[in-house]
Amino acid sequence: MAGHAVSGDRVVVVGGGPAGLSAAIELRIRGVRHVTVVEREQQAGGVPRYTAHFGYGWRDLRRLTTGPRYAAALVEHALHHGVELRTGSTVTGFGFPSADATTVELATESGPEELRAAAVVLATGVRERPRSARLVPGDRPAGVYTTGSLQQLVVLHHQRVGTRAVVVGAEHVSFSAVLTLAHAGCSVAAMVTPLPQHQTYRALALATAGRRRVPVRTEVDVAEIVGHRRVEAVVLTDGTRIDCDTVVFTGGWVPEYELARRAGLAMTPGAKGPMVDAALHTGQRGLFAIGNLVHPAETADVCALDGRDVARSVLDWLTLHQWPDAIEPIEVEAPVAWATYHSRGITLRVDEFVHGRLRLTHGGEVQWISTPQTWVPNRSITIRSGEMRTTSRPFADHRLRLDVLR
Amino acid sequence: MIDEPFDVVVVGGGVVGCAVARLLSRRELQIALLEAKADVGAGTSKANTAILHTGFDAVPGSAEARLVARGYELLHAYAPSAGISVEATGAVLVAWDDEQAANLPTIAAKAAANGYTAARLLDATEVRELEPHLGAGVTGGMLVPGEHLIDPWATSLAFAEEAVANGCVVLANRHVTECEVGAELTVLRTGDGEEVRTRFVVNAAGLYGDELHRRFGFDGFTVRPRRGELIVFDKLARPLLGRTILPVPTALTKGVLVAPTVFGNVMLGPTADDIDDRTATGSTRAGIDALLQKGRRILPALLDEEVTAVYAGLRAATEHSDYQLTASAAARYVCLGGIRSTGLTASMALAEEALMLLEQSGLVAPPTPDDRLVGVHRTPLGEAGERPYQRGGRIVCHCERVTGDEIAAACSGALPAHDIDGLRRRTRAVAGRCQGFHCIGEVCALAAATDGRTMAEWLGTP
Ligand SMILES: Cc1cc2nc3c(=O)[nH]c(=O)nc-3n(C[C@H](O)[C@H](O)[C@H](O)COP(=O)(O)OP(=O)(O)OC[C@H]3O[C@@H](n4cnc5c(N)ncnc54)[C@H](O)[C@@H]3O)c2cc1C
Ligand SMILES: Cc1cc2nc3c(=O)[nH]c(=O)nc-3n(C[C@H](O)[C@H](O)[C@H](O)COP(=O)(O)OP(=O)(O)OC[C@H]3O[C@@H](n4cnc5c(N)ncnc54)[C@H](O)[C@@H]3O)c2cc1C
Repeated sequence: MAGHAVSGDRVVVVGGGPAGLSAAIELRIRGVRHVTVVEREQQAGGVPRYTAHFGYGWRDLRRLTTGPRYAAALVEHALHHGVELRTGSTVTGFGFPSADATTVELATESGPEELRAAAVVLATGVRERPRSARLVPGDRPAGVYTTGSLQQLVVLHHQRVGTRAVVVGAEHVSFSAVLTLAHAGCSVAAMVTPLPQHQTYRALALATAGRRRVPVRTEVDVAEIVGHRRVEAVVLTDGTRIDCDTVVFTGGWVPEYELARRAGLAMTPGAKGPMVDAALHTGQRGLFAIGNLVHPAETADVCALDGRDVARSVLDWLTLHQWPDAIEPIEVEAPVAWATYHSRGITLRVDEFVHGRLRLTHGGEVQWISTPQTWVPNRSITIRSGEMRTTSRPFADHRLRLDVLR
Repeated sequence: MIDEPFDVVVVGGGVVGCAVARLLSRRELQIALLEAKADVGAGTSKANTAILHTGFDAVPGSAEARLVARGYELLHAYAPSAGISVEATGAVLVAWDDEQAANLPTIAAKAAANGYTAARLLDATEVRELEPHLGAGVTGGMLVPGEHLIDPWATSLAFAEEAVANGCVVLANRHVTECEVGAELTVLRTGDGEEVRTRFVVNAAGLYGDELHRRFGFDGFTVRPRRGELIVFDKLARPLLGRTILPVPTALTKGVLVAPTVFGNVMLGPTADDIDDRTATGSTRAGIDALLQKGRRILPALLDEEVTAVYAGLRAATEHSDYQLTASAAARYVCLGGIRSTGLTASMALAEEALMLLEQSGLVAPPTPDDRLVGVHRTPLGEAGERPYQRGGRIVCHCERVTGDEIAAACSGALPAHDIDGLRRRTRAVAGRCQGFHCIGEVCALAAATDGRTMAEWLGTP
């Protein structure tokens, strides 16, 4: 029985968000005796801990709940299933003493520590690109946030943040920021996107920004932030000045890839997360990667399904000790920005609104093709593995290739 | 409240004023440091390229050349005990065309004239061996092994903290707007009508040094700010270079360099724009774009990395090419003006200069016996040394691995932080790649719990 063969091995999961916790729970259910989740925050749960609105748990828990309740449920399941939760501990690096073992270096409250692991699952998540990384000129006044920092202040610390905000971005998370601002008593002067339309579902846009008469300014970007000590206004690329005391930069996902990069893993161009194969192996023996670290960004439930999926691959590795020779990227042609595997198949992004047939080929042979439709940037596009013609992997000789037939 | 009159008041709490206050506090004197902002080191001294210069390229014979060389020695010796991180990376001057390469021997000769003899000329192959990630087109270079990196924030803070520990009074939020020189005492008036009496005054007001100078009835230089914009890249870019990569200087500017920082980031900049507004510390589209274009040529792979910070600093440039150091015995006044682009390095030498000028102007400043002097020992923040988290503690800012104890310490003590920016300069909290995405709430809550103010005050929420 696989469960017995692997019972002595320890699996370390780095990151206690939806992906990491779900992986740990599934590993315990499948009989791995020692499963340790290392989480650097004082509480496990990841981003949902501070996203107070509904929209969590649909695909994995089969019920719709709020972020904090979802995070709490995952933590409870993990403890119930005997997962060891090491909160307040940061993974700082890895060592690879032999082909089948990894040492995990921790910084803990009582000092440095090393764990020996037969397998490691990286699930360090994603952040939003802050104002500086977007190279927005101007002085550096207070009042500039990302959705993440905004939601922490409002949800975890019950802060107000300002009285009048501009939200930069118009994708799902941007509308989540509008809700949070409304909750904190801050009006929204405008949402701003360089794209010709917002990129969320019409219903969500109506329920959040529409209901509050928030104008969505399209085809403009923020040209400058005005204000010395506190934000006074933003100037847009069309010259408009919008007075405000708060600016929230939303989306612009960057995986938390420091550990993955320092471990020498190859990264998916465009996505900037570690490259994985369909079974979520990385290029380093014993190291798996899941969640929004790999695909920035999917909803939390998709990340949780990654976690469940990776458990099967980890078990295979613990029993068979086989690792793929090479992890091949999925090649993409503009306007496809990047593509990577995840639990449901292949996920990809386009970087402009484009109408046409999305096509997946292998050595010139079509594996999958969509009906003609409009593909929306900043929105998750998924090709389910069941829908592809060839499901036997790895594909030999050629790389998979994605493009759009306009 | 204030124990007046003072023997000496230093106006301006930048790195220069702080260095002066520190040195004077080691004498049997009543000293005060007046700073317009809420914190020391929050003007030009917070926004520079953080290089401890050898002064190899200064104008031989100038006051700047002399004081940079002397300041380099002094700060290099002082930094380790004070806990100011310094890293001895060296620098390589890179020529990108034949004309620049032909100019290198002249620069080497200038270095020698400045007493710096360790520079060595390199051919293109040697440059490439040293810095394999450089872009195409290198024609030659010069190694300057003595150039160091330094923590610029800790420098001002260490000086000011040592000054306070030895009895100096730091009066923040005091913008000196009027001066009245009397027979025995000078009265300085601040923006909100407060008066401070002192026998001697040192003008270390940086960008506003000329205005203060005129209020004392003197003239001779006018500050015209020269803005320098900088881009700081993610720590994952650090392996791309071994040392500071300098351009061949032109008559106009030192040019755009790529330098590591003691914190393990990589910095690209600065630009050089003469402007009129002394408050224009914002970055600009044109500046950022120009830097990216230069960076792409110098170190192409740098541009693939995420940017951690963008900022601008204003050099106190004047119509003169040298520092403006003057003294008046009659007005019991010393001016350290026009400290343009090397003031961090020269700070401790400028302090010596100020003391000398004060003594020449009639100040009697007997040294305090050594056993009554207090030193300062900060926790170094550089990546090359050990950081507190490595010995344990609760990490609150994850990108920079700053512990809760470090944050609490920075919010208490003699010169506590009052805002997130001040906390950033003292601990690096929120200064990393996520810029607070993960930690702003926790950092702020801890700061507020330490000093008893609200989170809203810390955040500057209206
Ligand atoms: C602002 C925001 C709003 C969102 N809103 C929604 C929404 O409404 N609905 C939805 O479905 N999805 C939403 N998402 C997306 C989704 O919730 C998250 O991205 C999801 O939590 C990703 O799960 P994860 O496990 O991959 O990463 P995360 O939840 O980010 O978890 C990663 C964990 O790893 C830890 N970690 C990182 N590095 C280390 C280390 N070195 N050592 C130890 N621990 C480490 C982190 O502390 C974190 O807890 C939102 C995301 C953001 C950022
Ligand atoms: C882009 C850039 C890069 C640089 N790189 C380097 C480098 O690599 N190495 C190096 O050695 N140097 C460098 N420098 C130069 C260095 O930063 C400056 O020379 C140094 O910081 C000047 O310090 P200061 O104390 O004279 O001025 P400041 O730091 O400006 O301090 C003056 C202080 O006086 C206060 N003040 C002004 N007027 C009044 C008043 N009336 N009343 C009360 N307070 C007042 C101000 O608020 C301010 O805090 C650089 C400068 C720039 C701009």
